[in-house]
Amino acid sequence: MKPYDVIVIGGGPAGLAAAVSANDSGAAVCLIERENRLGGILKQCIHDGFGLLRFGARLTGPEYAQRYINEVRARDIDVFTETFVTKTESDGGGFVIHAVNRSGVTVLSANALVLATGCRERTAKQVFIHGTRPAGVFTAGTAQHFTNLMGLQPANNCVILGSGDIGLIMARRLTLEGAKVLGVYEAKPTPSGLTRNLHQCLYDYGIPLYLSKTVTRVFGEDRVTGVEISAVDDAMRPVPGTEEYVACDTLILSVGLIPENEIAEALGVKLDDRTKGPVCDGQFMTNVDGVFSCGNALHVNDLVDYVSENAAIAGKNAANYKKAPRKLLELQADASLLYLVPQTLDLNRDNSKTTLFFRSKEPLDGASLKIYADGNEVLGKRYAFLRPPEMETLTLDFERFGLTENSRVTFKIVPKAQEG
Amino acid sequence: MDIVCIVCPKSCRITAAPGNPPVITGNSCKRGYQFALDELTAPKRTVCTTVRTVFPDAPVLPVKTSAEIPKDRIFDLMREINAFTLETRVGTGEAVIPDALGLGADVIATSDLLKETIPEGENDR
Ligand SMILES: Cc1cc2nc3c(=O)[nH]c(=O)nc-3n(C[C@H](O)[C@H](O)[C@H](O)COP(=O)(O)OP(=O)(O)OC[C@H]3O[C@@H](n4cnc5c(N)ncnc54)[C@H](O)[C@@H]3O)c2cc1C
Ligand code: SF4
Repeated sequence: MKPYDVIVIGGGPAGLAAAVSANDSGAAVCLIERENRLGGILKQCIHDGFGLLRFGARLTGPEYAQRYINEVRARDIDVFTETFVTKTESDGGGFVIHAVNRSGVTVLSANALVLATGCRERTAKQVFIHGTRPAGVFTAGTAQHFTNLMGLQPANNCVILGSGDIGLIMARRLTLEGAKVLGVYEAKPTPSGLTRNLHQCLYDYGIPLYLSKTVTRVFGEDRVTGVEISAVDDAMRPVPGTEEYVACDTLILSVGLIPENEIAEALGVKLDDRTKGPVCDGQFMTNVDGVFSCGNALHVNDLVDYVSENAAIAGKNAANYKKAPRKLLELQADASLLYLVPQTLDLNRDNSKTTLFFRSKEPLDGASLKIYADGNEVLGKRYAFLRPPEMETLTLDFERFGLTENSRVTFKIVPKAQEG
Repeated sequence: MDIVCIVCPKSCRITAAPGNPPVITGNSCKRGYQFALDELTAPKRTVCTTVRTVFPDAPVLPVKTSAEIPKDRIFDLMREINAFTLETRVGTGEAVIPDALGLGADVIATSDLLKETIPEGENDR
């Protein structure tokens, strides 16, 4: 059994960047991916718009992934593809991983783990829709897989439920391939996808977006024949009497992504109710010593550039990881934030360059992010606008706030109107 | 005309009025100015799609236009691409359809998929 310093699980952009940076920090690294090719979800994201921040170029998903795959291949990193992790155990100081692939069962060990397992889509089971369960109901990611990897046309006339980015991207993609997208229906009063995607994917092609409306029923025996659309009230409950029938052969669901953390949970990693990913510290280490998390497994990102950045930090910290007592301080985000990552700081570590990710709960034109330590404002940062779909990031020096284990650190977003 | 700039994730809201010179406000950078100018006169887009291949291990290959093409030619280009079948194992950046429709942009591969998945025994054509 060959001992590694770091084992990275997941070969998407997060896992690739973590493996590269761990190796650059001097670690012996192994990367495990269950699919036959590296690249993760980017393999099927054939549209462009990736890498503007990281490379200053507008790359497609496969092109972005290829740059990191080349970096991995140029280094002495052991890559296992088509390999399934069956059991992960912590073993005194380190971890033991049991995995199966074509050559049989492999047992690997490492000092630290980086979990980069990405996310999965919410499915029909998780949204409440009445009616039959005919063929023709897909998640947007599944439709993307059919279209972009298998070359199949999953829809002729379709309705898209949910205005998440993948749904918007697929509205354009299916339109290009000759399908008719009848409309994108969003239960919330504001769209969940990026503004630029509303414009370049829907409005460019005259695809209507309906807000505060949802699908309440699916019709059809073997194949979808239509859906019932209802308006929803402020509490997102369908309003009786508003039902309308839309004939279609496909319903595509773009109703959200959930971080994938099966392996993390088996290791005893605590998850955050808001992000649905692990609670971590400024090193992106979870509550389990030596287990790091990054990418969409940690929280759902809208830009892959941030995934690479966060994963590179996690990879470096995993490479340098030595077991040491931790002194954890909670970073409290009030209800004006959708979430904040990291959720804690380990005061025994260097927190002079801590990268934070947050989302505003409400869309705001003009607002400040304020940080208070024991009631005193220690930072105020202005934003021209904050939108829940657009994640914000900043790097902070927490050392200068003189924090102790008993400090109370709170984060709050204050709309411009309420500032003096 | 109200425009949302799609050049970068910042998504600036730009107002553009035709004229000589046109009046463009709300952009945060020069790229946004150029984008608004193009939207006023001749809107252009990059097209990302797939092209059918003869290889069973990879039935389609992701491609894009090497430069932006006029927005009103997008569906013409899609027809051209969908009428084409790729028979060579090209890699990222290589032209699949040179100067498609004479618009001055090549349709180029955006993935090394076909290079990675060569089954044993197949001769690269
Ligand atoms: C449809 C779609 C469109 C997007 N569009 C954009 C865009 O336009 N611009 C942009 O910047 N970003 C975009 N994003 C976001 C960006 O692609 C993601 O944030 C990024 O891919 C997340 O990377 P990741 O490595 O965390 O996850 P993934 O890419 O999902 O990779 C996770 C990998 O882990 C593997 N894995 C999972 N569990 C295991 C296990 N138990 N054992 C072994 N391997 C495992 C999976 O097979 C997968 O390869 C988009 C995302 C999606 C889904
Ligand atoms: S104007 Fe410049 S900064 Fe604003 S969205 Fe366009 S490219 Fe980005």
